[in-house]
Amino acid sequence: MASRYIANTADEQKRMLGVIGAGSIEELLVKIPAKVRLPRPLGLVPAMAETDLIRHLKALAGKNADADSHVCFMGAGSYDHYVPSPINHLVSRGEFFTAYTPYQPEASQGTLRTIYEYQTMIAELTGMDVANASIYDGASSLAEAALMAHAVTARNEIVLSRGVHPLYKRVTATYCEGPGIRLRDAAGPDGVTDLEAARKVVGAKTAALVIQTPNFYGCLEDVAAAAEIAHGAGALLVVVADPVNLGVLEGPGKLGADIVIGEGQGLGVPLSFGGPNLGVFAAKKELVRRMPGRLVGATVDSDGARGFVLTLQTREQHIRRAKATSNICTNVALCALMATVYLATLGRRGLVRVGELSTAKAHYAAERLTKIPGVSLRFAAPFFKEFALKLPKPPERVVTRLAKQGFLAGVPLKSFDRALADCLLVAVTEKRTKAEIDGFAAALEKAVA
Amino acid sequence: MANVPKDLKYTREHEWAKQEGDSVRVGITAYAQEQLGDVVFVELPKVGAKVTATKNFGVVESVKAVSDLFAPISGEVVEINGELSQKPETVNQDPYGRGWMIAVKPSNKGEWDQLLTAQQYEDFLAQAAH
Repeated sequence: MASRYIANTADEQKRMLGVIGAGSIEELLVKIPAKVRLPRPLGLVPAMAETDLIRHLKALAGKNADADSHVCFMGAGSYDHYVPSPINHLVSRGEFFTAYTPYQPEASQGTLRTIYEYQTMIAELTGMDVANASIYDGASSLAEAALMAHAVTARNEIVLSRGVHPLYKRVTATYCEGPGIRLRDAAGPDGVTDLEAARKVVGAKTAALVIQTPNFYGCLEDVAAAAEIAHGAGALLVVVADPVNLGVLEGPGKLGADIVIGEGQGLGVPLSFGGPNLGVFAAKKELVRRMPGRLVGATVDSDGARGFVLTLQTREQHIRRAKATSNICTNVALCALMATVYLATLGRRGLVRVGELSTAKAHYAAERLTKIPGVSLRFAAPFFKEFALKLPKPPERVVTRLAKQGFLAGVPLKSFDRALADCLLVAVTEKRTKAEIDGFAAALEKAVA
Repeated sequence: MANVPKDLKYTREHEWAKQEGDSVRVGITAYAQEQLGDVVFVELPKVGAKVTATKNFGVVESVKAVSDLFAPISGEVVEINGELSQKPETVNQDPYGRGWMIAVKPSNKGEWDQLLTAQQYEDFLAQAAH
């Protein structure tokens, strides 16, 4: 079937098939199992006028529940924080909004400078010496941190707190399969890592101890104590942190972390149904040559003027080939730019306010919601902007019911941990109003009655 | 022609080896440092690490390239040149002297005889130049 949007003609397709010795496109696809193939053409009408098409697509998109159409209490790694409007205006400028990131210093001082400023802000927030130009998302950042810890220490085990995001763990497990790195669990019954138990698991084979704070369940972990355990065994401490919280919470680097990674979506990147996101990655200076990803540095040109260039590129695979520190050769430059504009727009005080308001409103919401009969906090540990609620009705059903009333109630925890099948993870950002929280509490009370 | 001291042994990967009592001192040749250009970083194994002849024991990085370092002989690392972490340019300035990299206590004395002599290494360089 000819299509005006497929560049090659039927005649060209025939010639290409001839070269590789296939009789038809159908024959080319024969290796794909029949059960995963659609046995009929897509059910599309032949053509629509542009205005009809837009109307049709808008109607389809309107069926989605999102943070604009609903009041959002969902988190679990992506958060409905405020996105200041200058972000969209600035990142959609032609100089930035390109399909690929130009890195030649003679052509791209603007882009390189924004990346340098991003790195500087992330390093400052995380309390680390150096941050890279970003990688894909929080999960790939953690996986890269595991590989890096393995390379730095020449050890083969990574101990992960149970509070680390379960999906990050799965991505890390995939990355670690090839190099044969073993992942071990450090459990914690009360929503936080049992550090005395962790001390027994962390040993001479441990490349890194990984904790997340606030962890997947929203609870705050004791970073300094974890650092002492990791360093006592000659291992690195990797901390997963959400940088948008770090206006209020101490930078993990100041508490002894060797590598700080995280999901930077909260820094002005829209939710967009889960991506593209922003992988934050920062480390101590002495580990910089083992770091993955692009790195922009400041320098001076032949006239002595300040300028920006990619630096320490010998770590990367276009030079180091198979022995590169990482196979990552790109960054999410546009999302990193969003974060840069976000932080510049909010400033120090703004970021502190985001953290203060988020945690204050989350605590108000927790207090309000736990007044509902049968509803209680699952964990006693201090939390920041997210908490696990124990519900008297199945959380999945409660979520479906509340969605019809205009609330994204939270994330049911059953698919992450069967022991938490009666729990709903609720996140509250600075965007939630008292009226929204009170309305949510009233709706939840009815839903679980 | 690059400087090739007569009293050393060599590898085809441009390392030199020098017998000193019980151990063998290892570095890269004048030719290697010239080819690399300004050395900005040297990564060495820890004292106590085992190295294997012809296998990688570290990394040398210059402003234009990064190369693996190959052990001329097998054995245990008994000393490393700590000065190189602060002053990697020493490798350019004095490759056969202060720019040494590791000292190894050999575990297989037979390997010594398989290394190139100064004359063989010079011939190898002359060949590579053509």
